[in-house]
Amino acid sequence: MKKGANEVLFGLYDDEEILLKAVKQAKNDHLDIMDVYTPFPVHGLDPILGLSESRLHVAGFIYGAIGCLFGFLFMTWVFTRDWPIIFGGKPYFSAPAFIPITFELTVLFAAVGMVVTFYVICGMGPGTINPTLDDRITDDKFCIAFNTNDANQDAIDRLKGFFSATGASEVNTKTI
Amino acid sequence: MSATVSTIRQPLIEGGKTYHQITEDICTPTERTPSTAWVIAFLFAVTGLAVYVFCLAWTIWNGIGTWDLNRTIGWGWDITNFVWWVGIGHAGTLISAILLLFRQKWRTGVNRAAEAMTIFAVICAGQFPLIHMGRLWLAFFIFPYPNTRGPLWVNFNSPLLWDVFAISTYFTVSLLFWYTGLVPDFATIRDRAKGIRRKLYDFLAFGWTGSAKHWQRWESLSLVLAGLATPLVLSVHTIVSFDFATSVIPGWHTTIFPPYFVAGAIFSGFAMVQTLMLLTRKVLNLKEYITLEHIESMNKVILATGTIVGVAYLTELFIAWYSGYIYEQYAFYNRVLGPYWWSYVGMMACNVISPQVFWVKKWRRSIFVTFFMSIFVNIGMWFERFVIIATTLARDYLPSSWSYYTPTWVEIGLFVGTLGLFFTLYLIFSRVAPVIAIAEVKSILKSSGDQYAGPNAAHQHAAHSEAH
Repeated sequence: MKKGANEVLFGLYDDEEILLKAVKQAKNDHLDIMDVYTPFPVHGLDPILGLSESRLHVAGFIYGAIGCLFGFLFMTWVFTRDWPIIFGGKPYFSAPAFIPITFELTVLFAAVGMVVTFYVICGMGPGTINPTLDDRITDDKFCIAFNTNDANQDAIDRLKGFFSATGASEVNTKTI
Repeated sequence: MSATVSTIRQPLIEGGKTYHQITEDICTPTERTPSTAWVIAFLFAVTGLAVYVFCLAWTIWNGIGTWDLNRTIGWGWDITNFVWWVGIGHAGTLISAILLLFRQKWRTGVNRAAEAMTIFAVICAGQFPLIHMGRLWLAFFIFPYPNTRGPLWVNFNSPLLWDVFAISTYFTVSLLFWYTGLVPDFATIRDRAKGIRRKLYDFLAFGWTGSAKHWQRWESLSLVLAGLATPLVLSVHTIVSFDFATSVIPGWHTTIFPPYFVAGAIFSGFAMVQTLMLLTRKVLNLKEYITLEHIESMNKVILATGTIVGVAYLTELFIAWYSGYIYEQYAFYNRVLGPYWWSYVGMMACNVISPQVFWVKKWRRSIFVTFFMSIFVNIGMWFERFVIIATTLARDYLPSSWSYYTPTWVEIGLFVGTLGLFFTLYLIFSRVAPVIAIAEVKSILKSSGDQYAGPNAAHQHAAHSEAH
C-alpha cells in the first residue's frame, strides 16, 4: 500500500465486544474492510475477519533447522577435517559434546530469524513511521477502517450508515 | 471478549479500571518528572555504578592479582557472582515464557519488569567471566571466528565454551522477546507524547499501528518465542552447572547439579522479582496491578523451589555418605563442618528453613514478610554458590595446597558495583518504558478485573451468561 495515497473512512468503537459484532455485521453486509486496529489482541477477531493463521512458526522451524545443522556440521568439520585435536583422549567426532552448542544455535537462529521476519513482513523496524488513523487506537478505541479511494457518495453514505447502526462512537476520514 | 472465569479466581486488576485508566496509570510514571524516591534511589545506584567502574579499572590496570585468588581457589567471588546473577535472570524468562505456555494470567502484571530484570541480571553476570579472563581486550578469542592463527578454533567440547554460547543466546533471545513485547506499549506512549518525546517513541515503537494482522503475528511470535525460551532457560543454568559437574573435583562432580542449579536459579530469581516488584508497586503506585494475588503466587513458587533446593542439599549429603567414596565424603564433611561452616549455615538457614514461613497464608500475603524473605533468599543463594566454589577449592586432594580465601576490597567493590549497575539500568527502564505490559493487562481485564471477577464483581452474572 502506497503511503499518502489512501482516503480512509474509519469508525471508532468503545469496546471490543461491540467491535466484534460490528465486524460480523460488515462481513454479512459484504463490506470490504481495509483493516481493523485495536489496542490489544482481540481474541475471536481473526476468524470473523477471515485472516488465515500466521505461518510465522513455519519460518521459525526452518530457521531453527538451519541453525541446528549449521552448528553440528560446523563443529564436526572443525574437529574431523579442519584441525583435529585430541581433548582428553576423546574421539575427534564426539557428538554428545556438540549437543549443547547445537541446541543453543538452533534456538538462536530460530528466534532471531523469526523476529527479523516478523518486523520485515509487518513493515516495521527501528525508526519506521507508519501512519496511524487516531492516537487513541493504542489506548482504548477499537477501529474499523474502509478504503474510500474509489468510493462514490452512495457507498460512503452506506458505510456511514453501517457505522451508526453498529454503534461506532466516532466516524472520521483521513488520508494515509 | 467474555472468557469463562472460575468463581474462585481472585481478581488480578483492582480498582474497577477501564482501558483508558490502565493506559493512564501505567504511562504516567514515564511522563511526569521523577519522584524524590526515584531520584534518591538513582543517586545510590549511580554511586554503586561508579564503584563498579573504579574497581573494574583497578582490576584491568593492575591485573587480577588484586583479587585474593590463590593456588587452589582460582574461582572466588567473581564466579560466585556470575552464577548468582545468571540465576537471578531465570525468573524473568520463567514468568514470561513458561507461564505464558501455561496460560497463567497473573504473569501479565509482572512479566515486563521481570524480563527487564533478566536482561539486566545477565548483563551483570556477563561481566565476571570476561574480567576473570585477565586480559579483557582479548575476550573475543572465545568466539570461533576465522582467524590468522591457523585458523585455530575454540574447544567445542569445553563446558566453558558452552557457557559462552548459552549466555549469549540467552541474552539475545531474552532481549528480542522483551523488546517485541514492548513495541505495542511504546506505541501507546508515542501516541500520547508530544515534541521531542514523540520523536523518541516514534523510533522506539518501530511504526506499530495495532493492525489485526500484526496482532495475530505478534501473538504467534510471542508464543513460539516462549516455546523456544522455555528449554533455553533450562539449558542455560544446566550448562552453567556443567562448568562444575564435568570437572573431576569431589563435591562438583555430581549428576544432581543441573536440576539443582535450575531450581536454585528460579528460586533466587523469584526472590529478586519480589524485591523489585514490592518497591516498584509502591514507588510507582501500581498496587492495583501488582496485587497481593500476584505476590502470593510468587511466594508459592519460592516455597516450592526453595524446598526442591533443600531436598537437593540433603540428597547430596546422603549420596556422598552412601557412595562410600572417601574424597566425596570428605568434601561434604568439609562443606558442612570445615573452615567455611558459617557459609553453609547461612545457606541452609536462608534457602531451606526460612522459606518454610510461606506455608502460612497470612505470611504469604504479607508485604513485610515477603520483602524480608526476598532479601534472605538472595543472600542464601549467594552463599550457596560461595559454598560450592570456595569450600570445595579450599580443600584440594593435596593437604599441602589447602588454603583459605577472603576477598579483597576490589572483589567486594565489583560485587556491590554490579548491584549499582543493575539498579541503574532498572531505574532508567522504569522511567523510559511501561513497567507493566499495557496491552497484555488490557487483554485480561474482562476476565480478571475486579468488576468482572471475584467477590465484588458487579457484572459477574452477566459475564457468566455470555460466556458460552
